[in-house]
Amino acid sequence: MSETFTKSMARNIFYGGSLFFFLLFLALTFDTESALPDRDNRAAITEQVAMGKRVWEENDCVGCHTLLGEGAYFAPELGNVYNRFGSTDAIKAFIASRPKDGVPGRRSMPQFNLSEEELDAVAAFLKYTSEINTNNWPPNIQG
Amino acid sequence: MQYQSQAVAKPYFIAAIGLFVGQILFGLIMGLQYVVGDFLFPEIPFNVARMVHTNLLIVWVLFGFMGAAYYLIPEESETELYSPKLALLMFWVFLVAGALTILGYLLVPYAKLAEMTGNSLLPTMGREFLEQPTITKIGIVIVALAFLYNIGMTVLKGRKTVINLILILGLTGLAVFFLFSFYNPENLVKDKFYWWWVVHLWVEGVWELILGSILAFVLIKTTGVDREVIEKWLYVIIALALITGIVGTGHHYYWIGTPEYWQWWGSVFSAMEPLPFFMMTVFAFNMVNQRRRNHPNQAAVLWALGTSVMAFLGAGVWGFMHTLAPVNYYTHGTQITAAHGHMAFYGAYAMIVLTIISYSMPMMNGRKAANSGKSQIVEMWSFWLMTVSMVFITLFLTGAGVLQTYMQRYTDDPQPFMVVQERLELFYWMREVAGLVFLIGLVLYIISFFVGGEEPEQA
Ligand code: HEC
Ligand code: HEM
Ligand code: HEM
Ligand SMILES: [Fe+2]
Repeated sequence: MSETFTKSMARNIFYGGSLFFFLLFLALTFDTESALPDRDNRAAITEQVAMGKRVWEENDCVGCHTLLGEGAYFAPELGNVYNRFGSTDAIKAFIASRPKDGVPGRRSMPQFNLSEEELDAVAAFLKYTSEINTNNWPPNIQG
Repeated sequence: MQYQSQAVAKPYFIAAIGLFVGQILFGLIMGLQYVVGDFLFPEIPFNVARMVHTNLLIVWVLFGFMGAAYYLIPEESETELYSPKLALLMFWVFLVAGALTILGYLLVPYAKLAEMTGNSLLPTMGREFLEQPTITKIGIVIVALAFLYNIGMTVLKGRKTVINLILILGLTGLAVFFLFSFYNPENLVKDKFYWWWVVHLWVEGVWELILGSILAFVLIKTTGVDREVIEKWLYVIIALALITGIVGTGHHYYWIGTPEYWQWWGSVFSAMEPLPFFMMTVFAFNMVNQRRRNHPNQAAVLWALGTSVMAFLGAGVWGFMHTLAPVNYYTHGTQITAAHGHMAFYGAYAMIVLTIISYSMPMMNGRKAANSGKSQIVEMWSFWLMTVSMVFITLFLTGAGVLQTYMQRYTDDPQPFMVVQERLELFYWMREVAGLVFLIGLVLYIISFFVGGEEPEQA
């Protein structure tokens, strides 16, 4: 690098630039926080949905599935599974009916032995998720 | 080795390599589960293997970063480490906490682990990469604080160089952004938004400072190029990294419920993120070309150059491939993401740890500067086996990802996920074979520590 561009100039660009763009990022974050109520379907977050999120987390569903495109790529996207299945009952039935020893030769989902209450909750959580405004993602019903 | 206390890095590096082996074994288990769906089911379900694979990765890379700091900070500061005892104590705390956590994943159902560790008191579990029980997370914070205190005090009493300043800045940032892993609101959108403050602001933010400073250190040592020149490069690289990478976080805010304007902010800024990685490549090759001496540790130079190239390919090229919003609309959460994640993590963070290990281990083993020629040849073979097989893993996953994107998302007649996955079987088999070659490379890497020990150093 040329001699006229000194180390202290480089250092100032580092500190000044990082600080400036971090502040810009914070400003965007504040703006996002204020825009979220119209998009994130928060009105639907009931106690049941909150419990469903906990069921989702404590069984590590995200270790096989994606949710809004984030997670693991081993099993179907579940952000829109409510739309794919059409009802919370169908989701519950699917989860409850997983064979304990898996499906021979096929990628398998565990039998979690969830209680009726937990099943209701996780299905409600997936319904709430499907109603978040995701800018039309995923592109189609297959997720 | 100029200071006795630098030797505390050794157990850190040995642990890192051991955990690396574990990581790869679980990777291979998952690779098989991808095609033989019920392999090890229900004993080790895919999600369990996955958290073991990714958490071992993070833990061994952290061991590597800490070892690197313990090795290079005393040397840069020209003083002994503030407290080698504390460093050793934290080593055992971290290793035991890590081992218990992994055993917890493997031995009890995850829901049970959550219950046993009181997840309901402060729920933080069950999110990708942050699967650790809350008490483990608290343990990580304690270890990080003790570590930062130790190296901070060392720098305070010694010489302050740009390299140890940037390294400490990066490590402090690592600890600070990890704190967001304790924030887990009921609102899924907010949860996801701040989850990326850990994951993205790590790998495309503060970790790049750690990467840059370790690379700069090894280049100073192996090329003998003037420190002033190297430090100027370092500043420019990390300036570009943070200027592009912070707002670049927006490339994760396209489809998770956040406002549409992130498609612009994210695309524009993250499209520039390859720049610092490209500069790192130019930097490494330039310094080696301008070298004032031929360092006897040729393996370390190879690792350093390799890191700069593979980080650019994995993060820069494969990152750019899917970072623009209109492209990401189709590729989001597919095998394209997995392809990029593998090459970027290996190329940048696995390889920089292997670089500093390669440079420092001979000295910690009592040699003057380098291993014997025989040992270095084996090590270089392992470099090529691991690196080339990672290139193939990435290519096979990319092939799978392109087809998946087309068949499931792009065509007029989209197919269900599971149907598409079955069609991709061939690619997954080839990925698994490449993974086996990777494992051979890793075994060879370990063997390189045990051959040619009696022979004289490479001149
Ligand atoms: C070990 C991996 C694994 C885990 C963990 C897992 N799943 Fe699954 N899941 C699968 C697989 C594989 C399928 C596809 C099954 C098939 O088509 O035969 C699936 C399918 C589904 C489906 C149907 C999706 C569709 O479009 O067909 C739902 C709903 C579902 N899982 C919910 C959950 C929930 C809720 C959890 C957490 C409580 C969970 N899964 C945890 C592997 C897993
Ligand atoms: C060598 C053999 C390896 C195999 C067979 C393998 C296999 C896998 C598989 C199957 C997954 C899960 C993908 C999914 O969610 O569906 C995964 C995830 C991951 N692996 Fe590996 N892996 C290997 C090596 C490595 C190495 C060397 C690294 C890095 C140094 C690595 C880093 C990762 C990361 C970061 C993830 C998470 C990816 C994401 O979320 O996008 N793996 N691996
Ligand atoms: C060394 C640096 C990097 C590492 C270690 C890394 C690693 C990863 C990993 C592991 C993921 C998957 C996260 C998940 O599981 O959800 C990911 C996602 C992503 N990365 Fe990187 N990355 C790096 C740099 C970059 C750069 C420089 C770019 C852009 C140019 C980029 C673009 C992306 C994008 C767009 C995604 C989201 C993919 C999706 O939508 O599914 N990455 N990265
Ligand atoms: Fe990112």
